[in-house]
Amino acid sequence: MADASPLLECRNVSKAFGAVQALWNVDFEVRPGEVMALVGDNGAGKSTLIKGIAGIYPFDAGQVFVDGEEVHIHGPRDAARLGIEVVYQDLALADNLDIVANMFLGRERTRGAVMLDEPNMERAARETLDSLSVTTVKSVRQTVAGLSGGQRQSVAVAKAVMWNSRIVILDEPTAALGVVQTRQVLNLVRRLAEHDLGVAIISHNLHDVFEVADRITVLRLGQRVALFEREKTTQQEVVHAITAGTLDAVPGMETPDAEAAPTEVEA
Amino acid sequence: MSATAGVGPVPGGPPVDETGASSTVSGYMRVWWQGVRAGELGSLPIIVGLVVIVITFTLLTDNFFSERNFTNLILQMAAVATMAIGIVFVLLVGEIDLSVAFVSAVGAVVMTLLLRPGDPGWPWWAAIGFALLCTTTIGFLHAIVITKAGVPSFVVTLAGFLIWSGVVLILTTQYSTAGTIRIQDSTVIGIANDFLSPVWGWILGVAVVAAFAAVQLRTSMTRRARNLAAKPIVLIALQTLGLAAVTFAAIWYLNEDRGVPKVAVILGIALAFWSFVAARTRFGRHVYAVGGNAEAARRAGINVDRVRIAVFMISGFMAGVGGIMLASRLRSVATNTGSGNLLLLVIAAAVIGGTSLFGGTGRVIAALLGALVIASIQNGMDLMGLASGTKFVITGLVLLGAVLVDAFSKRRRAARGGV
Ligand SMILES: Nc1ncnc2c1ncn2[C@@H]1O[C@H](COP(=O)(O)OP(=O)(O)OP(=O)(O)O)[C@@H](O)[C@H]1O
Ligand SMILES: [Mg+2]
Repeated sequence: MADASPLLECRNVSKAFGAVQALWNVDFEVRPGEVMALVGDNGAGKSTLIKGIAGIYPFDAGQVFVDGEEVHIHGPRDAARLGIEVVYQDLALADNLDIVANMFLGRERTRGAVMLDEPNMERAARETLDSLSVTTVKSVRQTVAGLSGGQRQSVAVAKAVMWNSRIVILDEPTAALGVVQTRQVLNLVRRLAEHDLGVAIISHNLHDVFEVADRITVLRLGQRVALFEREKTTQQEVVHAITAGTLDAVPGMETPDAEAAPTEVEA
Repeated sequence: MSATAGVGPVPGGPPVDETGASSTVSGYMRVWWQGVRAGELGSLPIIVGLVVIVITFTLLTDNFFSERNFTNLILQMAAVATMAIGIVFVLLVGEIDLSVAFVSAVGAVVMTLLLRPGDPGWPWWAAIGFALLCTTTIGFLHAIVITKAGVPSFVVTLAGFLIWSGVVLILTTQYSTAGTIRIQDSTVIGIANDFLSPVWGWILGVAVVAAFAAVQLRTSMTRRARNLAAKPIVLIALQTLGLAAVTFAAIWYLNEDRGVPKVAVILGIALAFWSFVAARTRFGRHVYAVGGNAEAARRAGINVDRVRIAVFMISGFMAGVGGIMLASRLRSVATNTGSGNLLLLVIAAAVIGGTSLFGGTGRVIAALLGALVIASIQNGMDLMGLASGTKFVITGLVLLGAVLVDAFSKRRRAARGGV
């Protein structure tokens, strides 16, 4: 598995918001059947990276490859067409709509030209939730507003895998969850990888990361400072990279440190 | 199922029975009642309110509950309800349109000017069509400024309020020294002044009830065939009976006076059509999504700006229809067309009917229910001979009450999680 060619690859992507250089020459890759963790401190650029991949906003520079071919993602629809689905930190569910409507949002099935095919969508939503062993959701016709955090997360994940997606990206899927629900979501994440999807997961919880990930990419102040294989590293090593990984000089910016360069690993 | 491609079914996952709980009448009622208690009130408060209003005025006045007054009530509220349909769509995406009253007036004036015999003497359908094209375009223009320049709809349509009131004044004073232009086309006058013959009234009533039953049955059958929770047949039968009772009573009552007003038919068609659009089409779903969480809609690939533009065009179109109804009823347009409290009544109708000002919740039928409440209150207070100051105060209090119900039920929903 480790030698499989990457499903998704970002090369030297950069993104600035005004004066803030949120990403600087970042490389990132996800292989089929692996869980790639993306870690880093608050503001390191994790969400920015995945939003760029998802087409929420364009990268300023750099290339993105899917299956080895360069792609240009201009919007969520482009990403979806390439099989990339994102579960956002803020979930992006419409609270006023029910579970079915949310799972099919923007891709509703219709009978004839305009009329929604509710029975069809309802069945498919139910089947997807069942196939992921999401048993905590009783009715797929309840509005999302009334769901617990874990249920919402499950709906968001189910929404992502509902389509012929090959790459699923999760932004802090367990941040707001209790112990049991965290376990459920992590199991769900592993299950996705077992089905040969490429999974990228952002998390601040290194314990979770070490439990679920195959490899770990560390971002710091918008740069990739390390790439680890889980089996060959330790939590201390990762923590050190997060807090003190070596930075390249960014034009127009002071480089904050010149500490020992400990953790560069194969790219 | 291809929908679950990539993730096969997991053996041992317990099947979740959805057909059990809610396919009986009692189960259905229980689910509904849970929803109500959780703050999903739907049309419940407003129907309760309507009943209270009718009882109150029946007791307080001699002729509130009479054939003649019932007919008048429908004539009075039809235009407000029609325009409120457009406002419901605008409120659903979380915007506001303060220009509807004067946009409706522009539509009415344009139509009237085009109809003037010999100058240019357009046929009624061409004049109405062009007037509606104008009002729809106005909605489009507002929406372009709102979406492309990012100015709040409140401000843009407030500017529209001033601009279009000015246009109405300019047009009416330019083409008439008295400031009033009469409509002479009999078809146009007939819109708000003609009635169906009793026989046609009954045919219409039966058709409406039959269509309701057919749609409900068909939905229930398809869902049952797919093994999904479906509305129990008994409940459909009960609902159909209820609808038949109300419809037939209304038609009988109207036939005792002059018959079913034509405007009521137009309003009915508009309500049915826009309800279908809102509840059963992809576009309607996107309207709710944009109102519920615009960012989620955007990330789902929905063109949020296009949805916003469309609802303002609907608002402009329905404003035009309502304006034509009002002009037809008065058989003329004048310098003061669209002024007064028309705007307030239209927005109040949508809100009182249960459309949330926070966006994302409400149904098209709210336009009808809210307009009925307002028209009943105004009509009843007129019959009581109350001073207009008192009438304003009371109407305002009713509006406030409706907004408070909305706010409290939202808080209730929020307390249960999410929002
Ligand atoms: N839309 C935006 N406009 C301006 N600045 C932004 C925007 N989005 C992110 N940033 C900035 O970019 C940097 C990276 O933010 P990002 O959200 O990617 O961090 P993150 O690694 O996801 O952090 P967290 O762990 O807190 O979620 C931050 O300095 C942030 O303030
Ligand atoms: Mg983030």
